[in-house]
Amino acid sequence: MLRSAVTTERSPRGQAVLEQLLENADIAQADSVPVCQDTGTVWVRVELGAEECLCGDVVAEVNVAVAQAYHDAHLRMSLVNDALFDRSNTGDNTPAFVDIAWRPGTGATVHVMLKGGGSDNASRVEMLAPDAGIEGVRRVVLEAVEARATGACPPLLIGVGVGATFDKVAGLAKRALLRRLDEPSADPKLAAFEAELLSAVNATGIGPAGLGGDMTAIGVQVLTAPCHIAALPVAVNLGCCAVRSVTIEVGS
Amino acid sequence: MSSPTRIDLPVSREVLAGLRVGDEVRLYGPVFTARDATHAKLAESLERDDRLPFGLEGQTLFYAGPTPPAAGRPAGAVGPTTAKRMDGTTPLLLEAGIVATIGKGLRSAEVREACVRTGSVYFAAVGGAAALLATFVAGSEVVAWPELGTEALVRMQLEGLPVFVAIDTQGADLYADARAAWRAQSEGER
Repeated sequence: MLRSAVTTERSPRGQAVLEQLLENADIAQADSVPVCQDTGTVWVRVELGAEECLCGDVVAEVNVAVAQAYHDAHLRMSLVNDALFDRSNTGDNTPAFVDIAWRPGTGATVHVMLKGGGSDNASRVEMLAPDAGIEGVRRVVLEAVEARATGACPPLLIGVGVGATFDKVAGLAKRALLRRLDEPSADPKLAAFEAELLSAVNATGIGPAGLGGDMTAIGVQVLTAPCHIAALPVAVNLGCCAVRSVTIEVGS
Repeated sequence: MSSPTRIDLPVSREVLAGLRVGDEVRLYGPVFTARDATHAKLAESLERDDRLPFGLEGQTLFYAGPTPPAAGRPAGAVGPTTAKRMDGTTPLLLEAGIVATIGKGLRSAEVREACVRTGSVYFAAVGGAAALLATFVAGSEVVAWPELGTEALVRMQLEGLPVFVAIDTQGADLYADARAAWRAQSEGER
């Protein structure tokens, strides 16, 4: 995706930034060096087949795996013990942030995302009134981008959640980041809305690295859900150009 | 775009005064990594002693927290973190003798004004290019606060780190200007 972007980006400075990002990806792969020094918080979503019966503490097992992986791969330890009262490093990048859900069938689907702090900081949740509608959602997305995109390492992948409740809508936005860029939304209404949001974001001129240009975002991905009759929750989770996620099928 | 300007660090404010917003620069020489927790320590130290510790006068701060280096390498992945979080402390540090900072993203009006008042520059490096940027680091050593882990004050020797001038000594701001300029230009083309 980024490779083709270099040819369409019209800003010379934007092109120079995209070329740095491509060279970065090649070096990271060849030398086994992380693409970004912020190797992130680990977010894991386990979708367990409903026909399975799982005993034991899944969350504890995830934390053991995270601690081992961060140690062995020389990744950065980026977590503190308490947000307010003890900002000493936990030393092993745990705890991971784990969701557990169910899906039909056997086995499990495991999603893992490493998310940098800068782009998560630039994210937001707003509780709109239902009559704000599609226009309201568009405003929240564009305001998040306008206010904070330059520090979130564009070109961005933007996850948008609409619906559910105050606590769940942010998770919806994060899950929206999991969809592969080459898989458009199955719902044509949603696909059209995503395309419209992407073109509005890219008309801001913020550009690669926020230094001016066409490509502020590479994709906008939206997930919607039921919600209360009085509510229109919206969450925007900005993903940086180095957002890293993988989906693994286990035993199905 | 014109070819990059070479800047050798530590750099004088006279040389910095010649840079203009948007200039592509390659940095050579020592910088000191400092991010959130390091800034709290620097502010404490400045408050207590009324001067910067560890000979930081005239030096450049790099807002970065690298990954640990793999065996035999001078640096792990290293790149800029969001500068905005350091905005509260930056004017004090510039007044006390820091001449330049390296980070990413838009900064406050107070930092812009402090750059003008003190003749300092803010450089932007590309975020998310840490494997590439690490190839421009020749060596690093912890100077202070090793207990902060990735947030320790580290002296890092640069060999041509690519950056852009994001706030110059006249207070021009690349993050604000480039975007407006690009928007105007692309609207003109439509």
